Amino acid sequence: VNTPSDDLARRAVEAVARQSYGRLVALLSARTRDVAAAEDALADALMAALTTWPRDGIPNNPQGWLMTAARNRLLDQVRHRQVRDQNAPTLELMMSDLYETKDPDTLPDERLKLLLVCAHPAIDPDMHTPLMLQTVLGLDAQAIARAFLISPKTMGQRLVRAKNKIRQTRIAFEIPAADQIPQRLEAVLDAIYAAYGSSWEDAAGTDRKAVGLAEEAIWLARVLRDQVPGDAEVHGLLALMLHCEARRPARRTADGKFVPLSEQNPREWVAPLIEEAERELVAAARNPRLGRFQLEAAIQSVHAERAHSGRTDWRAIAHFYDQLVVIAPSLGAAVGRAAAHAESESAKAGLSLLDEIDADAVTSYQPYWAVRAHLLSELQRTREAKDAYDRAIGLSEDDAVRRFLLERRG
Amino acid sequence: MLYAVLIYEGPQDFDRREDEAEQVNYTGAWQAWHKAIVEAGVFVGGAPLQRPETGTTVRQRDSKRLIQDGPYANTKEQLGGFTLLECPSLDAALEWAARCPAAAYGAVELRPIAPEVHKRVTGEYPK
Repeated sequence: VNTPSDDLARRAVEAVARQSYGRLVALLSARTRDVAAAEDALADALMAALTTWPRDGIPNNPQGWLMTAARNRLLDQVRHRQVRDQNAPTLELMMSDLYETKDPDTLPDERLKLLLVCAHPAIDPDMHTPLMLQTVLGLDAQAIARAFLISPKTMGQRLVRAKNKIRQTRIAFEIPAADQIPQRLEAVLDAIYAAYGSSWEDAAGTDRKAVGLAEEAIWLARVLRDQVPGDAEVHGLLALMLHCEARRPARRTADGKFVPLSEQNPREWVAPLIEEAERELVAAARNPRLGRFQLEAAIQSVHAERAHSGRTDWRAIAHFYDQLVVIAPSLGAAVGRAAAHAESESAKAGLSLLDEIDADAVTSYQPYWAVRAHLLSELQRTREAKDAYDRAIGLSEDDAVRRFLLERRG
Repeated sequence: MLYAVLIYEGPQDFDRREDEAEQVNYTGAWQAWHKAIVEAGVFVGGAPLQRPETGTTVRQRDSKRLIQDGPYANTKEQLGGFTLLECPSLDAALEWAARCPAAAYGAVELRPIAPEVHKRVTGEYPK
């Protein structure tokens, strides 16, 4: 029976789980190096809260209550295995600080260590993002699988395998030396950006691979920014995602039609998100290290400027892309660069940049064909344009994008 | 590995096939997807099917042939066609299934071919 107090307790459990899941998994696993066991212990603690809180009332410090319950559960499990495992006393010692405090907020936030472990070079790069989403945000394998277009069963197995590897190879939960931080952070940033659904704001603005876990990615980036204040690329990544997020309402008409960036109404962009993005870019600029995410955020910042100036400075965008393909070459950057040069110079210039890209790499890359089709039709090469449109349409997943391209193709 | 892409569509989708106004959106999307899977070298075979009403279901029970007019399952969405894809993994096949136009308006089921059963029945593995 769902009494009002049951409902209240359930919502309290959900709220504290959302706020503290990653903090608690990080606290526990930083001491045990066993992420799966920490998650299981926390899951048990959350279940216990669902039965105890309606009866005894919601504790004054719900996060502290969960930490204590999860810590005890973890120790119980270890004692259970003690016959064959002599680690238990050490573990108790390692977790002693969890006994001395009732409030996890007084303990150091270990989430950065957890993020670094999830994106450790010893872990399969494809699993960096799913691991973070699960361990720091508590997303289940099903939701992660849906976002990455793979089967839930495969995703579940890979997550288990990755966590076993963390435990078996004893990957350390520690902050690397200062000179290694940028390199290690790079993998964390890539993984967060992958959660956002990286290809959806390509210059073509045409198709995105994953269902963007946009909110989750921005949440992770904010956690990271608070943990490593002053890192230019962390600010850059957050700025980039906020700029893209600001355009969400303008991307579709009321009846669901796709609107490319250049045709969006800037008044539909979310001003507070753009302002936050610009603050992050300013913070990034205080640090002289120029990186990929800062450049990409700078490109989006130029686009956002249209809200004030009424025009797009394509020359500036082309300039940023020229730098981007040098420091972080990728298909997306190469295609974006071609599109930017097409706007700032000529369709012909854009097309010759597209021709420079390796043909084998682009057979299944939708944005390439979308940009190519657009440029060919500007050059009145109708038959080739139609062919390129067909390729782009066939590679599209988003129905609105497909319809948009079908209309353009005519 | 061979995967069958089973395409399920509703009555309104079968109507769209014959609708002049839908030639760009409906037929155009299918042409483009077909072209993409052929270009990528994953297409093995397949065909669209006529409307479910044209189906005839046969059962042989107690030495009697029972014939039913209509499709096997009486559901709103019906099998509208199938495509065979050769892909290295389920995830690779899912990439192509997600791009199938019916994924956006109907449903697309992906099923691996059973190679062991194929071998037992025909004496050889599927090509």
